[in-house]
Amino acid sequence: MHFDFDAGKYAIYVWPAFAVTAGAFVWMIADSLASARRWRREAERLQALRDARAKGAKS
Amino acid sequence: MGARDPHHPLDFLTNPERFMAFSRWAAPLFGVLAAILAAIGLVLTFAAPEDYQQGDTVRMMFIHVPAASLSLFVYLCLGIASFLALVFRHALADAAAVACAPLGAGFTALALVTGSLWGKPMWGTWWVWDARLTSVLVLLLFYLGYLALRSALEDEQKAARAAAILALVGLINLPIVKFSVEWWNSLHQGSSTLLAKPGNGLPAVYAWPMLVMSLAYLSAFGSLWLVRIRALVWRRKARALALQAAEG
Repeated sequence: MHFDFDAGKYAIYVWPAFAVTAGAFVWMIADSLASARRWRREAERLQALRDARAKGAKS
Repeated sequence: MGARDPHHPLDFLTNPERFMAFSRWAAPLFGVLAAILAAIGLVLTFAAPEDYQQGDTVRMMFIHVPAASLSLFVYLCLGIASFLALVFRHALADAAAVACAPLGAGFTALALVTGSLWGKPMWGTWWVWDARLTSVLVLLLFYLGYLALRSALEDEQKAARAAAILALVGLINLPIVKFSVEWWNSLHQGSSTLLAKPGNGLPAVYAWPMLVMSLAYLSAFGSLWLVRIRALVWRRKARALALQAAEG
């Protein structure tokens, strides 16, 4: 299989297009994972707080 | 009204607990699938021969066309989810709508930027106000308007309702984007994939990388959509717990 990475006179259009695409995917992945991690931690923290309070009220 | 069937085939999409259990394995699975397909798609992209007219710019087709297709598909998902949230007041449908809007905006922006980078060497211009390009810009504005409306109103229920109505209005734009190249004169070429006229279809050497990259984009969207819905379910849970804690 032969790979052609030489875009010649069109390189100034082809490579930025691939770079922008890679950047957009990095942003979408990072933002989605960061948001999920943030809210999961917050929910777990508040759940633990509630459980601790409930335990304290019982004893 | 009878009792709800707990074994309904779509229960995993409507019950938050079942959805979280389903998406816990489905999101990474789609993510891995997207990475594998993207790797294969990139190999095929750079192994494809230069086009006799477009030269090496033909490789931009494999990243531009899937982004453009996804921009329409994601908006359709936004419209359906908004309809379900508006009519049935389903919390997961509303979360699905909110979760797909930033991704749709990303794909639409990507389609516009890569299209512009492809247009300059092929058409001699970065931008023209023709039907296809303008209607895609309008699509991006609908996404941005949806996101702005969701964050502008303090009352979340009012914001959800107003944004859902805007999303449904925006559905009118989808056939305009799709068929703009048929209905009006345009610099943009007609379809060369689905709905291609006889003789306008892509040859196999270009059709395969296009298909694989399209599936990679679709899998990536599936994975990220699920991750973002999960984030919103946790956010809702965190807010409910915070409210309970505040009430003592």
